[in-house]
Amino acid sequence: MDHAEILAGGFDDPAAQSARAFRACLEAMARPGRIQPITGAAPPAPISPAAGAVLLTLVDTTTPLYLAPSQDTQATRQWIAFHCGAPIVPAEEAAFALGAWGALQPVSRFAIGTADYPDRAATLIVEMPGATPPSARLAGPGIETCHEACLPEIAAFAANRTQFPLGFDCYFSAGSQLWALPRSTNVEAL
Amino acid sequence: MSEAAYNFAYLDEATKRMIRRALLKGLAIPGYQVPFASREMPMPYGWGTGGVQVTAACLTPEDCLKVIDQGADDTTNAVSIRKFFERTAGVATTEHTAEASVIQTRHRIPEQALTEGQILVYQVPIPEPLRFLEPRESETRRMHALEEYGLMHVKLYEDIARHGAIATSYAYPVKVEGRYVMDPSPIPKFDNPKLGGNAAIQLFGAGREQRIYALPPYTQVVSLDFEDHPFEPSKADHDCDLCGAAQSYLDEVITDDRGGRMFICSDTDFCASRRADGLRGRLSPEEAA
Ligand SMILES: [Zn+2]
Repeated sequence: MDHAEILAGGFDDPAAQSARAFRACLEAMARPGRIQPITGAAPPAPISPAAGAVLLTLVDTTTPLYLAPSQDTQATRQWIAFHCGAPIVPAEEAAFALGAWGALQPVSRFAIGTADYPDRAATLIVEMPGATPPSARLAGPGIETCHEACLPEIAAFAANRTQFPLGFDCYFSAGSQLWALPRSTNVEAL
Repeated sequence: MSEAAYNFAYLDEATKRMIRRALLKGLAIPGYQVPFASREMPMPYGWGTGGVQVTAACLTPEDCLKVIDQGADDTTNAVSIRKFFERTAGVATTEHTAEASVIQTRHRIPEQALTEGQILVYQVPIPEPLRFLEPRESETRRMHALEEYGLMHVKLYEDIARHGAIATSYAYPVKVEGRYVMDPSPIPKFDNPKLGGNAAIQLFGAGREQRIYALPPYTQVVSLDFEDHPFEPSKADHDCDLCGAAQSYLDEVITDDRGGRMFICSDTDFCASRRADGLRGRLSPEEAA
């Protein structure tokens, strides 16, 4: 990856584009399982444009990042170093984590917060092959009755829910699509 | 256009990222108070700097912003915050609830039901519902962690013993999703039923106290009460004297020095919209002529 490629792929108009990308992140976390379009980032493969936009919007020098083996290349490290400046750390120390679901295992390594500070928990950005087909029925805060969504598995998220108010929170990314699963959501297989 | 001297919506990008991360954790843990590093804003703390920072972190150039203070769009506080974002973010503004994508509020929830796609941002003076029981932050944090809410119920029950009813009429505490007890900011308890099952995203910002909390849409929010003394969202026992509304929250206005008074909707946009639709109240000027 040459220098020009590292410099490319960020937001051209950071204030406006990160504001729009954050609204997608906000709507996604507020309405679990609902797919939000999110654009503006062009990170190097295998990071999706959606995951790239989340990184540009939320991750910086103050948020240690775990890069799972699936997304850990010289090019992705350089791009993240230039555009976010996040220190790359082991899973246990991460505020954010990026990777395919399998590469993020075991997810029991990630911070779930403490009883006094449940917010000190990791946010996982899970790269997905697609946003369909739906595999889970979701219910809980943010969902009027129930909502169907594509998740990489069921058991890990059901177990995460039992720890509430502790637990990790997840974004899922595929192409330019983003959806989320906070720790508060009840998950069952379709 | 926004002035070049400011970043979009005033705050720098690093500060917005920090506030945005706090907002997302707030949504993931409904009713829990997330600490954040509040910034100095070019307005006094009493003017809702927490709400202003949350609004600044949420606004996009395409938003249409409404700002209300006690239900009114035209108070000094509401006008100055609206102007602040017109100048620093270049966003459109409105007084009509239905037209707004972001609504910043102090002390009221609009009468008109909010919809998906809308965000309601509350200015919060004291975010800690347990503060009057326990001044130490480390202790209230422990009480939330352990769900130690017994003292809160004792306090409310003392009200009943003393007054025959729960006397708290503003900032009436609620329990969110059966877990965290939350201060809904000093809204009248009449507004409490609108906190739960709301289609909009509700975000709360306390500037001086450096706390952010949130209610995702359709969250279960229950006002604390007792089986023998159920929660009652009371209001003045009148209709609006200007638009005739029977179900809106009313302000009592003294009209002369001989004890004359009238009751009018505190939500000025709601009242004006009803009058524009031809609805009239007891003292409507058009009919007094
Ligand atoms: Zn009225």
